[in-house]
Amino acid sequence: MVIDKLQLVWSSLPNLLEGALVTIKLTIAGLGLGIILGLPLAFGQIYGNYLIRGLVSVYERVLRSIPLLVILFLIFYGFPNAGIKFSPFIAAVLGIGLRSAAYQSQIYRGAIQSVSGTQMKAALSLGMNRVQAFIYIILPQAVRIAIPPFANEAAIVLKDTSLAYALGVIELLRHGSYIIATTFEPMTIYLTIAAIYFIMTVTINTILGKLEERMKIPGIGVEGGSR
Amino acid sequence: MSKKEILRIVDLHKSFGDNEVLKGISLSLKQGETKVVIGTSGTGKSTMLNNINMLIPPDKGHIYLEDVDVTTTHDISRIRQQIGFVFQDFGLFDHLTAKGNIMIGLTKVKKMKKSEAEELAMFELERVGLQDFADSYPAQLSGGQKQRVGIARALAMQPKLILFDEPTSALDPELIGEVLTVMRDLAREGMTMLIVTHEMGFAKSVSDEIIFMENGKIVEQGPPEQLFNNPREERTKEFLFKLNELYGEGGA
Ligand SMILES: Nc1ncnc2c1ncn2[C@@H]1O[C@H](COP(=O)(O)OP(=O)(O)O)[C@@H](O)[C@H]1O
Ligand SMILES: [Mg+2]
Repeated sequence: MVIDKLQLVWSSLPNLLEGALVTIKLTIAGLGLGIILGLPLAFGQIYGNYLIRGLVSVYERVLRSIPLLVILFLIFYGFPNAGIKFSPFIAAVLGIGLRSAAYQSQIYRGAIQSVSGTQMKAALSLGMNRVQAFIYIILPQAVRIAIPPFANEAAIVLKDTSLAYALGVIELLRHGSYIIATTFEPMTIYLTIAAIYFIMTVTINTILGKLEERMKIPGIGVEGGSR
Repeated sequence: MSKKEILRIVDLHKSFGDNEVLKGISLSLKQGETKVVIGTSGTGKSTMLNNINMLIPPDKGHIYLEDVDVTTTHDISRIRQQIGFVFQDFGLFDHLTAKGNIMIGLTKVKKMKKSEAEELAMFELERVGLQDFADSYPAQLSGGQKQRVGIARALAMQPKLILFDEPTSALDPELIGEVLTVMRDLAREGMTMLIVTHEMGFAKSVSDEIIFMENGKIVEQGPPEQLFNNPREERTKEFLFKLNELYGEGGA
């Protein structure tokens, strides 16, 4: 009995892992798009004039207030009405990335703003220009601050790629449903899928956690200073 | 014997919205002079210091560093390199060691070689008594040590002038002395300094002149003996009296 289930899991694995690979691709592409758009959004919010700041906050507000599934349907089924057509995979990446950008922009803004204003003034007073001050002083600290919330966002994006199922992207969940359609073993297969998601999420958190540990500034956080 | 003029401020004005903060400040500083600015909080002392290196541009008036008009220069970075700034809350770069804090301006702004920058950084750290803390990060230092790194960082740029904005106001009382000692040594070595502070003992013993500011104007300026013992203006008397009540005769 148990042996049968294990055998089913084992024989399904190649297909499921193939799906997991698509899930990973969706995650990386979605997060990547989120970074590419999220950073300029954050800069716009911090350094822009009131018009730019207003536009950015409208963007953030709107994308964070609509369910991802609705965003995906809008892009995949709605946009063709306006003559814009995407493949399921691209539509999914766009939807996931556009929404993640709204969240990531908040992460970056918070990280940049949490570096004290006096440090910027100190950098300028040494004769750095604003770009130098940003690159050498603000950015290295902001990156460290952004890692934990970014890890959180990455885990959310990874899990939300399962919504690409609804557009017909053949990712982990859809591979699973194909197997279920022929084996009638939803419990076993969905548990296996859950385990694969779990492992991927834990892996992301572990990798980024290690990175955070590695970049930790001595004296700040758990390590404690030597006052 | 007349020494070279390092800083001359002429009729400086600055408003934030309808709040006129500086209402025509003029002062000058000769090479090797130390002047101390005193005055109640909100009077515009910080604004004036920030005007001098254009972190906050003034609305009107002129600021000359030697003979360059800071307010109209096209290369403000070059001017700022020559004006050290020491902040009340230190402004140390948290991700860099004490040595790194000093080196970054040398390597990135002055384009100095890393080895030279390191040597100079160590020299300046020694000057403020922190050679053993070169590899410590700001979060591992006490407030007094942080401020001494801040001073070493300013010194390393070999500025013509250093501005201090309440350098000991954020420090626990027992840590103030070590910072004042460093500043006293600098004054003795002939550094040109404009210092905003409430440390009256320090002001009396170190400064060439005290400048009393109130409501965006200089009320009175003069040598410490005269200003403390024999103030001309009633406002100065009142302020000194209040200060005495607040801080005592204290300050190293
Ligand atoms: N960036 C700013 N924007 C608006 N008002 C400011 C700003 N900086 C200072 N002020 C105002 O200018 C006045 C003088 O401030 P400041 O120069 O910091 O005084 P002080 O250093 O003598 O305490 C205060 O009323 C303060 O609120
Ligand atoms: Mg002030």
